[in-house]
Amino acid sequence: MSDQQVDNSKRRFLLVAASGAGAVAVAGVATPFIASFFPSERAKAAGAPAEVNISKLEPGQKIDVEWRGKPVWVVKRTPEMVANLPKNDPKLVDPQSKSSDQPAYCQNEGRSRKPDIWVAVGVCTHLGCSPTFRPELAPADLGPEWLGGFYCPCHGSKFDLAGRVFSGVPAPTNLVIPPHKFFGDGDSMLLIGEDQ
Amino acid sequence: MSKLQNVGQQVLDWVDDRFPLTATWKAHVSEYYAPKNFNFWYFFGSLALLVLVIQIVTGIFLTMNYKPDGSLIPGTNVSVAFASVEYIMRDVAGGWIIRYMHSTGASMFFVVVYLHMFRGLIYGSYQKPRELVWVFGTLVFLILMAEAFLGYLLPWGQMSFWGAQVIVNLFASIPVIGPDLSVFIRGDFVVSDATLNRFFALHVIAVPLVLLALVVAHLVALHEVGSNNPDGVEIKKLKDPKTGIPLDGIPFHPYYTVKDILGVAVFLVVFSLVVFFFPNVFGYFLEDNNFIPADPLKTPPHIAPVWYFTPFYAILRAVPSFLGTQVWGVLAMGAAVVVIAFLPWLDRSPVKSIRYRGPIYKTALVLFIIAFIGLGILGALPPTNLRTIVSQILSVVYFAFFFGMPWYSKMDKTLPVPERVTDSTLGRQMRFLALFALTLVLSAVFAWVI
Amino acid sequence: MKSNIKKWLAAASLALAPLAALASEGGVHLDRAPNLLRDPVSLQRGAQTFANYCLSCHGALSMRYNRLQDLGLSEAQIKANLMFAADKIGEPMRVSMAAADGKAWFGATPPDLSVIARARGADWLYTYLRTFYRDDSRPTGWNNLVFDKVGMPHVLWELQGQQVPVYETVKNHETGKEEQHLTSLKLEKPGLLTRVADDGGFDQTEYNTRVAELVNYLVYMGEPAKVKREQIGYAVLLFLLFILVPISYFLKKEYWRDVH
Repeated sequence: MSDQQVDNSKRRFLLVAASGAGAVAVAGVATPFIASFFPSERAKAAGAPAEVNISKLEPGQKIDVEWRGKPVWVVKRTPEMVANLPKNDPKLVDPQSKSSDQPAYCQNEGRSRKPDIWVAVGVCTHLGCSPTFRPELAPADLGPEWLGGFYCPCHGSKFDLAGRVFSGVPAPTNLVIPPHKFFGDGDSMLLIGEDQ
Repeated sequence: MSKLQNVGQQVLDWVDDRFPLTATWKAHVSEYYAPKNFNFWYFFGSLALLVLVIQIVTGIFLTMNYKPDGSLIPGTNVSVAFASVEYIMRDVAGGWIIRYMHSTGASMFFVVVYLHMFRGLIYGSYQKPRELVWVFGTLVFLILMAEAFLGYLLPWGQMSFWGAQVIVNLFASIPVIGPDLSVFIRGDFVVSDATLNRFFALHVIAVPLVLLALVVAHLVALHEVGSNNPDGVEIKKLKDPKTGIPLDGIPFHPYYTVKDILGVAVFLVVFSLVVFFFPNVFGYFLEDNNFIPADPLKTPPHIAPVWYFTPFYAILRAVPSFLGTQVWGVLAMGAAVVVIAFLPWLDRSPVKSIRYRGPIYKTALVLFIIAFIGLGILGALPPTNLRTIVSQILSVVYFAFFFGMPWYSKMDKTLPVPERVTDSTLGRQMRFLALFALTLVLSAVFAWVI
Repeated sequence: MKSNIKKWLAAASLALAPLAALASEGGVHLDRAPNLLRDPVSLQRGAQTFANYCLSCHGALSMRYNRLQDLGLSEAQIKANLMFAADKIGEPMRVSMAAADGKAWFGATPPDLSVIARARGADWLYTYLRTFYRDDSRPTGWNNLVFDKVGMPHVLWELQGQQVPVYETVKNHETGKEEQHLTSLKLEKPGLLTRVADDGGFDQTEYNTRVAELVNYLVYMGEPAKVKREQIGYAVLLFLLFILVPISYFLKKEYWRDVH
């Protein structure tokens, strides 16, 4: 070993510099690895907005559209169905949709952009089952006060025709409304997943 | 601050009472005394460890998106496996960097391992008491070759498919059991989806586990006996009487850790150059034909293994079939690898390092290098009559280096070995560089002629 | 920086040239394809040619239409000008023809072209697409200089016109028989992008440019990340050469003063 004095401050400076450069290198190398965990281009393409032609949709009819791998319902409600919606209000958990998930333009009685066309993600807010469409009035199994809506077969949650949850069932919030917009001739087309 | 240090010390004490953490750190790093005269050849061991880590990490991330599925996507000539590699290259964010790191790492692994082995060869690092270090190292090399071969099938391109086809058929040449054995390895009568699936399983978990275990054994054995050095002097013979520390030894940490960091930084320059600018390396790291999806009905006009297998492949091809079987070539190729493990018992020289060896050994070594590089070049080329003859001659030279060693290493005149290690001199470095450049030029000329 | 890398490349390729040359063994001289990878406008034209002429039979399964934004195109432009066989911008370039038809027409499924440029190389493709010639012995009526007995017809014939082979009679010294050797191709009927020049020869400049653009598009498609890869590479190398290597060098030197 040499008798030269060890220059501690220089050594410390170099150690700090090397640690810094090493940290930059590690961060740089980690970047692609972390990035690879995010959705790939394929996943993004599958999650792209879905286009539907709604010009042939009959009043009272529901169609299912796939968007981001989930079922999205498009229902054309009859004027009668729309008129019946406020009658459910007293029996609902969140009739004003204050604590539910929907775009601002759908926070209204019918939870829709237009009174008749209603769009929602068809996944129960309880544990992710897909509820069944029960548009009929007062069926035997759902009781005389049923004005049409959705019934989840898994745990019995009930929703009205605006996707609002009834009180006394397991589901905590109203069904989710995805961003959507109308376009094309006489708004004959619906784009789900984008509203700009 | 001091309070924090106290807590740290307490935690460490608590752990040390239950697990030899500090003791392990001291034994293998901070109080592992290595000779102070390591030269640049001594970088390649730690670099091999770095590449191993790169391969494991990138490999784990590749398995997240790769699909070992040889079935064709309907209406195309592309298999799911092939498409999943391109999916990684395009659709997965950062995927191309990860994949290129893995493909570059595969070749760089062999670059550093070959240089590491060459270091052991010229400084006699296999001699007593390091025989087991060397044997474990040879096994690491063998397993690494298996790992590389298995992984090469996964992109499921033409070279993957036909390379596997040819190599698996080697086993078919073994008398009696051969044909059944090759079917057993493939799990089918041809290389197929079943083969791809089992190669995938072996490549991502089975072989790496063995590899890791062998690397640990290699390092444990090394740290038991201590590192050799360019002078081949046993530093443990001369210890400071007070401390018991070898006079020519310095603690691995911090001296060799900072030195290896420099080595890693320089290595990363080369590695990045390949990953970002020449990922194919002119068809050597990634072969052109492997960008054509595997087609079991169409053999590519010329099948060459990846560069790191070519010396052994050339030996395989050099041996003609006789007595109605071609198993001899397979045996020769196997022997070419296995014989390396026997070096400790073939070398009868009283000295370790090339620095103190005589002219006979040096000549033998130069001939051996020429044979190895020459075979490597020939293995990549399609065979012609002339090339086959040259590979036969070079194969003989290759084996003569090993099998003649018990005699010529004993006959050779050696220089006296100093008591203490010496520093490398400028003259020595220049002579070495000149020799290295000459070898490169000769190889290029050789390739041109052949 | 860049020129250094080029020098390195030149030196390395000199050493490796004999082996690399092997790839082109087969005897036919390959013309050098111009490099237009950093010229987005020609790449856009190449993409257009690809969509119009290649995609009807070949797919490019690993290439998504929206990735063409790399070439400076907007989604609306891609939809309007290039997407004939898909309806979503994120879809891959599939073949518009049914696969069964391809097999029936050409005897084999036309290969996917996603990475064809990486397998064949730009020069091969550039030569291949310019050396189709009439050959009535082939089922399609076409043959090719670099790909003998090719199953694919000359899809770009409208643009190039028709080339016919020029033969030379050579005496084979071993057999003593006379043999016909194909020496060159001659344009017989000009196409939309070729014309007979004043001197009686033919001018294929415009066609060659169109093919070069197509080939460069194929090269781009073979590895869309290539330009970005090199950009990141420069940053990484600068960091390593000017920060990590010097710091670790000085760190090592400082500690090793104890030893020396």
